[in-house]
Amino acid sequence: MENLKKDYSHIKGWGIDADPQNDPTYPMKPHRTDAEQAGYSWERPTQQPVDVEVLHSIERPNVSAVFGTASPPSGLSGMIRRFAFRYSENSYLHWLPLILADRVNVVEGVIDDFKNGHVPNIFVEKGYKAEWKHDKVGLITKFAVAAAVVAGVVVLLRGKDDDHDYDDYDQLTPYNDRDDYDTYDS
Amino acid sequence: MLAMDYRGPKRVRVTQKPMPEIKHPEDAIIRVTRSCICGSDLHLYNGNVPDTRVGTTFGHEFVGIVEEIGSEVTKLKVGDHVLVPFNIACGRCHFCKQGLFGNCHESNPMATAVGGIFGYSHTAGGFNGGQAEYVRVPYANVSPTVIPEGMHIEDAVMLTDVVPTGYQAAEMGGIQPGDTVVVFGAGPVGIMAAKCSWLFGAGRVIIIDHVEYRLEFARNYAQCEAYNFREMEDPVVFIKKTTDWMGADVVIDAVGAEAAGNTMQTITGRKTLLQAGSATALHWAINSVKKGGIVSIVGVYGPTDNLVPIGNVLNKGLTIRANQASVKRLLPRLIEHVQNGIINPKALITHRIPLEEVADGYRLFSAKLDNCIKPVLIPPSARM
Repeated sequence: MENLKKDYSHIKGWGIDADPQNDPTYPMKPHRTDAEQAGYSWERPTQQPVDVEVLHSIERPNVSAVFGTASPPSGLSGMIRRFAFRYSENSYLHWLPLILADRVNVVEGVIDDFKNGHVPNIFVEKGYKAEWKHDKVGLITKFAVAAAVVAGVVVLLRGKDDDHDYDDYDQLTPYNDRDDYDTYDS
Repeated sequence: MLAMDYRGPKRVRVTQKPMPEIKHPEDAIIRVTRSCICGSDLHLYNGNVPDTRVGTTFGHEFVGIVEEIGSEVTKLKVGDHVLVPFNIACGRCHFCKQGLFGNCHESNPMATAVGGIFGYSHTAGGFNGGQAEYVRVPYANVSPTVIPEGMHIEDAVMLTDVVPTGYQAAEMGGIQPGDTVVVFGAGPVGIMAAKCSWLFGAGRVIIIDHVEYRLEFARNYAQCEAYNFREMEDPVVFIKKTTDWMGADVVIDAVGAEAAGNTMQTITGRKTLLQAGSATALHWAINSVKKGGIVSIVGVYGPTDNLVPIGNVLNKGLTIRANQASVKRLLPRLIEHVQNGIINPKALITHRIPLEEVADGYRLFSAKLDNCIKPVLIPPSARM
């Protein structure tokens, strides 16, 4: 453990911005003017034309003077987002539907890709090339674990399917065919 | 134009998108020359920020050349090489007038808790970001700043977020000469916060992480002590012991939602999203700071809720200060520091990646491969 050093000459700029006034553990009021008491009254910038659908928080009365137009709401995810924006930022009914909409939007994105004749290259999009270059063992392990999990799930489901067939067989086979049933069972 | 294109959690690609247009008389269109992937972009990349829509372009740290200006832009002219702070600020609302440029009320209709941020989901205004060849920059008269003559553009791009956020983390700590400062997180912002803590007169600076190469980098770059929490039984007890059982004067959370180190937090915050990110670093910060001390938060969390020991905040009489960095307010001082050689931001850059390989850049940074500290994207036109 290093002890507290008293000589800071090796650190360029040590103490250059020290400010004894900046001690927020004691009550202090920053320099303010009466303007802060005037509420939402400043001279607003020119309003950007609202030429796309903009969902705005119900905690404000209007659309801000500028806004982004990156991905207006659309499709099922858009419907969910519109629902979410009926609730305030204080509500889970705002945030949880937005997370749901994000996941729905991912599926919509894949569908749109196929509609546009584009097959998503998952290997490239997930940046596995970098991982292959710098962490081959990790990537191989990851794929091996995923393959094992998938194989396990498949085996489990096939087992369930077999049970299901068995039940069907049991229900559909007439009583007088019980010999066949026994054969099947064994 | 080429632009990064978000397709879903951990899936991004580069695609051809329409050129951005002037939408407002104070807009400018910038041809990007450098953009960064930020640690906070990883929260978007991992699908942790609500209202992150497929098809958007990330990127809130960028510099570039002014290509076109709106009719009311007077501060910039076509051809200027500018650095663009990540906050979109009108400069005239109540909050901008207080110097709270990260809290502008005229740049984000979708949420009131945060101002507009380039490429940071619709929760931060729905703006496309700078991981592209071109980007629309609103309020071009306010925050974008011409890069001073002689300044390297890779120093300039780090002044759009990393340096001011690290500096403000230290500033919000209210560091008094001789104070012991603990920084959780040895990512680019944490390393910068450690470096800047000295400028405020810290007597001792300690950085805590679990990635050994980053700790080594922090030791050299920020001249601080650096420790691996995986080698401790309990990081809070470690800090208490090393501060003569008192706790640190100031603790900085420079991790945010992606924190490792606590299984319960990881499962509820990162794997199942039952809380707005894993609050492990903040938990440790509250418990390891001295009674009456200050916790400074610059790590980014989602907008819902987090599990933190708020009872200890009360019982210890702590002050918590937090905000997105107010880049415009801090820029003049930080430009001076860079020009005087007190801060060397571009030394944090470890990877320069063609924009076309953005997916690899995200994976590299996210998985901490190849000793990555800070990746920078270079669009094709900037490589000519």
